[in-house]
Amino acid sequence: MNLDFSQIVPYIPFILKGIWVTLKFVIIAIIFGFLLGTILSLFKISSNKALNWIGKVYTSIFRGTPLILQLMLIYFAIPQLTGYDIQPFLASILAFGLNSAAYVSEIIRAGIQAVDKGQTEAAQALGVPYRLMMKDIILPQAFKNILPALMNEFVTLTKESALVSTIGYLDLMRRAQVVGADTYRNFEPLIFVGLIYWLMIMVLTTMGRIVERRMKFSD
Amino acid sequence: MIKVENLYKQFGENEVLKNISTHIDSGEVVSIIGPSGSGKSTFLRCLNMLETPSQGKVWVNNQEITDKKTNIMKVREQIGMVFQHFYLFPHLTVLENLTYAPMKVKGESRESAEKKARELLAKVGLSEKETAYPNNLSGGQKQRVAIARALAMEPKLMLFDEPTSALDPEMVKEVLNVMKDLAQSGMTMAIVTHEMGFAREVSDRIMFLDEGKLLEEGSPNEFFNNPRTTRAKDFLEKVL
Ligand SMILES: Nc1ncnc2c1ncn2[C@@H]1O[C@H](COP(=O)(O)OP(=O)(O)O)[C@@H](O)[C@H]1O
Ligand SMILES: [Mg+2]
Repeated sequence: MNLDFSQIVPYIPFILKGIWVTLKFVIIAIIFGFLLGTILSLFKISSNKALNWIGKVYTSIFRGTPLILQLMLIYFAIPQLTGYDIQPFLASILAFGLNSAAYVSEIIRAGIQAVDKGQTEAAQALGVPYRLMMKDIILPQAFKNILPALMNEFVTLTKESALVSTIGYLDLMRRAQVVGADTYRNFEPLIFVGLIYWLMIMVLTTMGRIVERRMKFSD
Repeated sequence: MIKVENLYKQFGENEVLKNISTHIDSGEVVSIIGPSGSGKSTFLRCLNMLETPSQGKVWVNNQEITDKKTNIMKVREQIGMVFQHFYLFPHLTVLENLTYAPMKVKGESRESAEKKARELLAKVGLSEKETAYPNNLSGGQKQRVAIARALAMEPKLMLFDEPTSALDPEMVKEVLNVMKDLAQSGMTMAIVTHEMGFAREVSDRIMFLDEGKLLEEGSPNEFFNNPRTTRAKDFLEKVL
């Protein structure tokens, strides 16, 4: 064992900058995936067969293939097919957002279907239109039930975000590799960013717990 | 107020309502009784189109609600419904449960909606519960809130589907009392119930459903004292 963390000290600012680089796309991908996932979940419970089908096929594709393949496809195929030179940042958001939407849509669909059917009937009997009913009555109850599952998905996305290092996006993971190559020491930078990932996840989980506690309206 | 003509309802092969024709007049209180599974709930739910009839027509206030062109949401604003299992909105306070639909559906101001909600809560004896969440209420309290929620829309007609069947015995009375007051205030009411004493006392008319057919219809005295069909006689012998 010859660990020597002093070797990476000069690189610490460089690595720390990676926190924001990672967070920047993770946050956007989470929001994008969440919004798209919500829409897809509404497709899945819709009485419109075509929308159902879209929701099902979408989920099947994005859950049925490796995330790294989706990332590569978006990063390499888009320039090849369209001539548009997509940046790693945008490709990462697209890949992670589209992928996350598939998982989120399943979580929300299950959450909506777990809300007592009587809630829908009560709203209908009061003359509440479908949109308002979903927004004000059904989704708030669904979200309360699925918050742990959603947080879990966000945690997974944050950790898996390290995959973007493979397309040259200078995130935390990639920076650890760069430092490793520079100093011929891989262990220390990897341990260091590992610690940072762990801290980020801890913060995310704690935030989730706080939201969860706030939402415990009824019990 | 309500007219029903040759109403049929099928669930797949199962014919649940068979050729029902009847009417409910303005201000009338009608109790619908019959064995479990006879189609009482389904019949009631056809009156506000929570179930779509397979055949036949239903009019509410001279408007044919079975007509596809009718905006059923508008009609439902005039029909309050109370369910066996309350179905209060658990993420809203009692007051919000009462103000939600008047504000969002009828566009009332918060001020007037809350004022009316407080009056209704006072009427059902739950003024002190306005900031409580439904899950912190007893069954009887929940059902009284549910009645107040429906009344907050100022409906012309109230439908009740076994409003006391899910309640502990000691809470049945508080709910029935609220319904009695409502009946005396002149509200048009259709009530599915197993509370025979209550039905006899408040109803202008009894409807007896059996296997999807409206077998008997008449005043409480006629029905309870001299049921015409053997099915009704058998039923009454079991429940009285
Ligand atoms: N949504 C439904 N789908 C299929 N069958 C139903 C549905 N609702 C009711 N039924 C059937 O219709 C019949 C009458 O039910 P219901 O109207 O609830 O009777 P009641 O209220 O008199 O007990 C029952 O046989 C029940 O199983
Ligand atoms: Mg029933």
